[in-house]
Amino acid sequence: MPPIPGSGLAKGLAVTLRTMTKRTVTAQYPDVQPELPPRTRGVIGLFEENCTVCMLCARECPDWCIYIDSHKETVPPAAPGGRERSRNVLDRFAIDFALCMYCGICIEVCPFDALFWSPEFEYAETDIHELTHERDKLREWMWTVPEPPALDPGAEEPKEFAAARKTADKLRAAEEARQAAEAQQAAEARQAAEDRQTPGTGTDTGTGPDTEQGGQG
Amino acid sequence: MNDVLDVALRLIIVFAVFLVVPLVVGQTEHKVMAHMQGRLGPMYAGGFHGWAQLVADGVKFAQKEDIVPAEADRRVFQLAPAVALLPYLLVLVAIPVGPGDGAVGQVIDAGIFFVLAVMGIGVLGSLMAGWASANKFSLLGGLRTAAQLLAYELPMLLAAASVAMAAGTVSLTGILDAFEWWWLPWQIIGALVFFVAGLAELQRPPFDMPVADSEIIFGAYTEYTGLRFALFLLSEYAGIVVLCGLTTVLFLGGWHGPFGADGLGWVWTLLKAAVLAFVVIWLRVTFPRMREDQLQKFAWTTLIPLALAQIALTGIVKVAIN
Repeated sequence: MPPIPGSGLAKGLAVTLRTMTKRTVTAQYPDVQPELPPRTRGVIGLFEENCTVCMLCARECPDWCIYIDSHKETVPPAAPGGRERSRNVLDRFAIDFALCMYCGICIEVCPFDALFWSPEFEYAETDIHELTHERDKLREWMWTVPEPPALDPGAEEPKEFAAARKTADKLRAAEEARQAAEAQQAAEARQAAEDRQTPGTGTDTGTGPDTEQGGQG
Repeated sequence: MNDVLDVALRLIIVFAVFLVVPLVVGQTEHKVMAHMQGRLGPMYAGGFHGWAQLVADGVKFAQKEDIVPAEADRRVFQLAPAVALLPYLLVLVAIPVGPGDGAVGQVIDAGIFFVLAVMGIGVLGSLMAGWASANKFSLLGGLRTAAQLLAYELPMLLAAASVAMAAGTVSLTGILDAFEWWWLPWQIIGALVFFVAGLAELQRPPFDMPVADSEIIFGAYTEYTGLRFALFLLSEYAGIVVLCGLTTVLFLGGWHGPFGADGLGWVWTLLKAAVLAFVVIWLRVTFPRMREDQLQKFAWTTLIPLALAQIALTGIVKVAIN
């Protein structure tokens, strides 16, 4: 059956009328802050204490927008007669957000967890030069970094956790084995002492070969 | 002395309505359009839901420089907004809002003639603007306006003639006095033709081809700035008020309510006109702009035959009744 002429027009009218009765979807931004997801790429925050001035972030940055200055300081030896240690001290850490393309590679490559994404996004400036933000500003943004989101139920355990647990399990197993061996040795020693006090009665217990085995465990 | 006072009072009231009601329609358009498109519309000016947005716009327009192009025909260019706007004010004087002589600016015996003739002048403003601007886009817009005026004036007149035939009078108050409820289904085709043709006369979307801000950059109004441009915009909204009022009076029974409560007649008129104004906005949001050839074809092959059919129907029924 061919459509009634003008039914398309009526359908269009119905669509607009229906939309009018629905709630609007406008985000009233300056009045209401948007709810950003935790991994929003707003700005990059710097956790200075973790930074070792390894320069990996600056080297991997495709835009070369990270500026790092540092100097070396020597630390007196920890023990008398020891060797002096040297360590890097951060002088300047700046990111030019006019150049930054928010790829996040610096954050990915940082081996010491010193860089983080912050959802903060209101840092527009009237002059492009003022978009180069220094370490104190990056530090301020660090406090706005949200907690990492909880894993989904049934998700794979993070690599870090798995590695840590493996190491801990190994250490615990070694510790238990050591304790067992100590207990064995103590028991053996006690047995030997008793044997010496009452010769002739304890020889048939046959503990000799067992102690050999326990010592190995 | 008393007569002078009476006339002055009526004129002041009509003038106040002329200044206020188009603003109300405009604000309604802001809001209705916004919600039909899933957004909010103006929210800040004036506090409550941006009610003062159009007043703020007016202040803004008043501050802008009034430019007349060097090559323009100065006098014609400057007069055009007034020519576009004033006819609607004159029409408003003749539209009866309630029953009796008290609720109409001036009872005119040849009401339909007066109203349609004066409304026709309005488009002259666009033509003057288009010609005097000395600009090819304005000229194009002006010529398209002329073509559209010619095409849509005719069905509008024919539809109105059908009502005049039905009532046996060309007086607007006379038509309302003769109105019966069954005119509504009887004259429905004429009502649709009149309303649609009126929309085209006002160059409202989807019939805003002459203005077409995305194709011929606001057509005849390309060169206008500041207050003169605002007057053109105001004339569009005053035109909506006039068109909705006329459709109400001619086809929807004006102050005749369904319950016969004549004391509140003017409320019925305003209510019907408001619903029609909403429809005008609704159509604007829903339909895309028509192409120039579609526009012409629609007028000559659809509206005029429909209007003629309505006149024939009116004649037949009229003869059958007598």
